[in-house]
Amino acid sequence: MSGGVDSSVAAALLADEGHDVIGLSMQLYDASGQRDGLPAFGGCCTLDDLHDARRVAAAINIPHYILNFERQFNEQVVSNFVSEYTAGRTPLPCARCNSDLKFATLVERARGFGADAVATGHYARVEHHAASNRYLLKRGIDPAKDQSYFLFSLTQEQLAHARFPVGDRPKDAVREYARRLALPVADKPDSQEICFIPDDDYAAFVTRHAPEAERRGSIVDESGRVLGRHAGIHQFTVGQRKGLGLSGLADPAGSSAGAPRAPLYVLSLRPADRAVVVGPKSALERTTLAASGVNWIAAEPQAPQRITAQIRHRHPAAAATVRATSDRRAEVVFDAPQSAVTPGQAVVFYEGDVVVGGGWID
Amino acid sequence: MRVYFDYNATTPLAPEVAEAVAVATRDLFGNASSVHHFGQQAKAALDEARSAIAALVRADPSEIVFTSGGTEADNFAIRGAADALESSGRRQIIASAIEHEAVLNTLKSLARRGWQTTMLPVDQTGIVSPDRLRELLTDTTALVSVMHANNEIGTIQPIAELATIAHARGALMHTDAVQTVGKIPVDVRALGVDLLSLSAHKFNGPKGAGALWIKRGTRLQPILTGGKHERNRRAGTENVPAIVGMGVAARLAAAKMAAESARVAALRDRLEDGILRGVPGTAVNGDPRSRVPNTTNISFDHVEAESLLIALDLDGVAVSTGSACSSGTLEPSHVLRAMGYPAGRVQSSLRFSLGLFSTAEEVDRVITLLPRLVDKLRGLTRKTAVARG
Repeated sequence: MSGGVDSSVAAALLADEGHDVIGLSMQLYDASGQRDGLPAFGGCCTLDDLHDARRVAAAINIPHYILNFERQFNEQVVSNFVSEYTAGRTPLPCARCNSDLKFATLVERARGFGADAVATGHYARVEHHAASNRYLLKRGIDPAKDQSYFLFSLTQEQLAHARFPVGDRPKDAVREYARRLALPVADKPDSQEICFIPDDDYAAFVTRHAPEAERRGSIVDESGRVLGRHAGIHQFTVGQRKGLGLSGLADPAGSSAGAPRAPLYVLSLRPADRAVVVGPKSALERTTLAASGVNWIAAEPQAPQRITAQIRHRHPAAAATVRATSDRRAEVVFDAPQSAVTPGQAVVFYEGDVVVGGGWID
Repeated sequence: MRVYFDYNATTPLAPEVAEAVAVATRDLFGNASSVHHFGQQAKAALDEARSAIAALVRADPSEIVFTSGGTEADNFAIRGAADALESSGRRQIIASAIEHEAVLNTLKSLARRGWQTTMLPVDQTGIVSPDRLRELLTDTTALVSVMHANNEIGTIQPIAELATIAHARGALMHTDAVQTVGKIPVDVRALGVDLLSLSAHKFNGPKGAGALWIKRGTRLQPILTGGKHERNRRAGTENVPAIVGMGVAARLAAAKMAAESARVAALRDRLEDGILRGVPGTAVNGDPRSRVPNTTNISFDHVEAESLLIALDLDGVAVSTGSACSSGTLEPSHVLRAMGYPAGRVQSSLRFSLGLFSTAEEVDRVITLLPRLVDKLRGLTRKTAVARG
């Protein structure tokens, strides 16, 4: 229970169905609400969220506990987040948190308390498929809220014990249910971005945790021409246009002064020589990608399989063919070029609403 | 049936206390500072409570100042002494590393204002070394603060010896006696201290009432300014019903102390014995020879204390680890860490604290329950370790 409306309603629905529900919240990072050793009055998010979770649990009359996972979160999610950025990749911490913490350590703890299953407020569905005797993961029915992308790495064992009570409801209905129960979080705004970086300044966060990431390098075009300097490749992500600091430069293409210049995008990051490669939007397009750490939720395909592939959270899945290669790897060929295939993000394969599998983009 | 074994966090009211608080809430609404009949009644009730508290710690009633609880009493003692002594050139405060946060965070606050704060280490049993205090004291030490008994492990400190050492260098001596007053005999003069904090809700009194005993003649600057309450020492209209309840609780504790401490000690020993025999991989933390009669702190190898605490609560047994952080999760005990315990042991330790309403049936229930819960949690930890290879 994060203190948000989705997990609150998930808990309320299960309690309403007569299940014996225990509310658990994870404290993932310092929630003291202190800045420079002094209480920061009014500005604290985490403590308020945990407090909201407690109020919801009281309102629906279930026991509630906050588990301290600061150490595990740091080891399993934050350190990966930092090392990915310093390696020139763009991490997806929510997916890591789901597979390595929520549906691993948290489930283990919950079993210690006698729980048969762990429910979350994710917009996704899990169904047992009798013919194949496998648990299938499906998109939540609200297309605007679907979170199956972040759950692709769940194993059969993890899915067997996962429940997503709000996955078969539209968000409006979830809020309506919360209002009907007068839950104190019914009208709380949806959380945005990455929970442990409330100010959204990822680069500053990475620098705080890995000061060595702050190593200067060059911004170059595709031909290798140096266009500028930067203070660390962790500050960039593929497809980024703003914040390149190149606005004062002459047009790299050398066209006459005053002519409108095509905007430049980050095409790739080269950690070996700390180069940020930039170019026009058209150069961002790719028709293939390779993925590693692939998890097949439905059966691993023995032959190339027609699917739609989603390469980031808000990406409309695009028609493609996926081929399983050796050692949990896969290759994807899109029917049409896709913009900004970003290493470190997940590629998730769908067959209609069903998550066939997914992996990490190389 | 729910079992409450967390008396060091707070205690249920004694029935006589609940009754006295109810009556005072209804009938003694007057402001104790008022001249008229209603004020006089309230004032008389405060004085009766003051006498009861004084008797419990063998002090003179004029030396007792009511506070909102133990935290305020600790703040008053430390900040009040610091403010009073600032102009004398004394700029150092020494406290043990295992103090309650009310003391530790007050020291941190004073450190930001330029005070030199020094932590007095403890040994593996949680006892402060008098020799270490002797080494750390200087001629500019203003105050030494060492708790009488620790809230997590119950260890009793050699306060009288420490006070003598502090006084030899001209420093004041404060003790936070929140965990001893009402549990064991406390005699302020035998302890030889200048300041002593106590709290009503640790001995079956109500929350929101406590006191600082200030030895006559001790210079202390008030930390709450306002009206002339408590002889100009603590401003603010007195919480008459809670203080009346504290007085009744003090009389009860004094009257029952010998019998009750023996009864509770026997229960605690039965619990401790039962756990050590029934659950392999357990050990007592602290000093079993010198501790308050109601407390035991036990480590369970390879078990997350957090999980065991929750599993126990779901089975109707309330215990604690002693320290919780602002969100309500558990944080690694600064007390066990200061005792030099490895992280694994710190994270696998639980505190059981008994009291007035504890029974042998409750003890036996916990002894019966624990082996099964611990087995289950250990089994999961092993399974996960194997699965992760």
